[in-house]
Amino acid sequence: MAVIFERTKGLLDVPTHYCPGCTHGVIHRLVAESLEELGVLDRATGVAPVGCSVLAYDYFSCDMHEAAHGRAPAVATGIKRAIPDSIVFTYQGDGDLAAIGTAEIVHAAARGERITTIFVNNCIYGMTGGQMAPTTLPGQVTETSPYGRDVNTAGHPIRVAEMISTLDGAVYVERVSVDSVPNILKAKKAIKKAFEIQMQGLGFTLIEVLSTCPTNWGLAPVEALKWLRENMIPYYPLGVKKDATTGEVK
Amino acid sequence: MAEKILMKGNEAIGEAAIHAGCQCFFGYPITPQTEVAAYMARKMPKIGRVFLQAESEVAAINMVYGAAGSGVRVLTSSSSPGISLKAEGISYIAGAELPCVIINIVRGGPGLGGIQPAQSDYLQATKGCGHGDYKMVVFAPASVQEMVDLVQEGFDVADMYRTPVMVMGDGMLGQMMEPVEFKERQGRQLPSKDWATTGLRGKREKHNVINSLFLKPEELEEHNRKLQAKYREIENNEVKYEMYNCEGEVDIVIAAYGITSRICKNAVKMLEKEGIKVGLIRPITLWPFPSKAFEEMCGKTKHGFISVELSEGQMIEDVALAVNGRAPIHFYGRSGGMVPTPAEIANKIKAIVGGAK
Amino acid sequence: MAIAKFREERCKGCGLCLEVCPVKIIGFDEKLNAKGYHPAAITEENMKKCVGCASCARICPDLVITVEK
Repeated sequence: MAVIFERTKGLLDVPTHYCPGCTHGVIHRLVAESLEELGVLDRATGVAPVGCSVLAYDYFSCDMHEAAHGRAPAVATGIKRAIPDSIVFTYQGDGDLAAIGTAEIVHAAARGERITTIFVNNCIYGMTGGQMAPTTLPGQVTETSPYGRDVNTAGHPIRVAEMISTLDGAVYVERVSVDSVPNILKAKKAIKKAFEIQMQGLGFTLIEVLSTCPTNWGLAPVEALKWLRENMIPYYPLGVKKDATTGEVK
Repeated sequence: MAEKILMKGNEAIGEAAIHAGCQCFFGYPITPQTEVAAYMARKMPKIGRVFLQAESEVAAINMVYGAAGSGVRVLTSSSSPGISLKAEGISYIAGAELPCVIINIVRGGPGLGGIQPAQSDYLQATKGCGHGDYKMVVFAPASVQEMVDLVQEGFDVADMYRTPVMVMGDGMLGQMMEPVEFKERQGRQLPSKDWATTGLRGKREKHNVINSLFLKPEELEEHNRKLQAKYREIENNEVKYEMYNCEGEVDIVIAAYGITSRICKNAVKMLEKEGIKVGLIRPITLWPFPSKAFEEMCGKTKHGFISVELSEGQMIEDVALAVNGRAPIHFYGRSGGMVPTPAEIANKIKAIVGGAK
Repeated sequence: MAIAKFREERCKGCGLCLEVCPVKIIGFDEKLNAKGYHPAAITEENMKKCVGCASCARICPDLVITVEK
């Protein structure tokens, strides 16, 4: 019997604190597998800022930094500039990246920092109990948009992948989703490609991963996948937003 | 003997950091210290090191966090409002026990304030630069040469204790030019940085984590106790100060640091001619504060102490703590960028000690 | 013949694997694991139908499942 699927060495063999059915766990696996398969786990350093995934520093087997809320791209810049042959990634939620950390992500991309950002978009602040995030959809009910997000007062959700793809320093930007196994396979491909581009030092790469938050969406895990498909994907279309590595720029 | 060269304070800071092996500099423009960044922009790329202008002081201090956590010597520089922006990052750096040097070329405050020299960040630097029970070593140079020496000393102290170190000058020290030399320094025996995130690289079994998050209160309290023990050690080993004209009995003792101490020394000489003996205690480390020097002088000063600052009175609080009621404490300060003349200070002292003898 | 092995103590009973299994052979065990969840499991009988596609393993957020073929 050959092993078809087993645990990646990129993740420590410990249980995680994530809620049942939260797809952070899947995304962690995709990142860890990519680093392992590319043989760069040994020189990788990840940056986990404030958010549900802050404790990723206890889960990834490579060296890790815990960063202040919103500042992971700056911390990652410091790491990469200090050790240029390291493989550096940030693993950020939507509150972290698209609210308090907007300046840092924009300038890391504009500078073309040779780092990879894994941007987990689940349309809500998870760790603090379900508040409206910059990516919360119009009409979506959260702790701080109890009557549904009203774009007239709370503004419109931000499409980060598209925004970042306008910056020349960003050479590969794709939005993927982990709502189904086929999409998970595509997400893995995208994440691995982003790391390969970083290994070649071509510029900044960002993969936006649509993800679920069963607890704060108030849905069962399987329902949450459905909600993502029916509500998030239409507003956040999947696909490559930029690929300057082959000259094909969307 | 290294030869002396005339250098602007801000630029001398950059050169000193280079001598100390600073690998990365992350800065942001703000008067009156921007020449530190401009100097590093010119020099660092030429020697294969990193200069980066960040998008904000907040980003800069977090870049420092990343680079310091990766095990290299790193410098950042700013001025008062910029230091306020860095406060959260500095607290993280202290919590994660990362070594770095932070320059503050102080300007008048609060708010946007002014761009002239001031010392109105004393309390921020020594007591309130970010949340949590943490301390930061704060050096207060009084000359461009001393800035050079203390920046290099700062990197050693930072690495020795895994702590942020601030070198706090002011707009005058940053902008003035003085002859400096970059002497060969007797470096310290420093611990290796096996905690740094260099990547496992096949040499390490377990990963390193740079972190200041401790969700379990028992762990955070234990972590705080560990930090406090470090601060006691720094207080025991790293206090620096100068006692000037303090031999025997004196009429009064001035407490002054940085540029102000030089103005006060002139006042001391003026008053000497009028038969008034004035001692001066110059803290070189603002934290750890040289309390013993003040305790020592309590019984030897007729009219107690006078704190002279470019502020509305901040170091005076530490002087009062050290003197602990054993002698009267006076204050003379100018703020907003105003700088007192020696005569002003001499007149104030004469008013206290009762005029010329 | 393929086998999917479940690390029961790590399962949080989220049910995603049940959803994506193409041959619908995964169910919840009656007993509870230490975390208090009914862990996902495949009966010996059902295991025979396993095609070894590892869809269950790929969607599992907690890396509970190992698949051999």
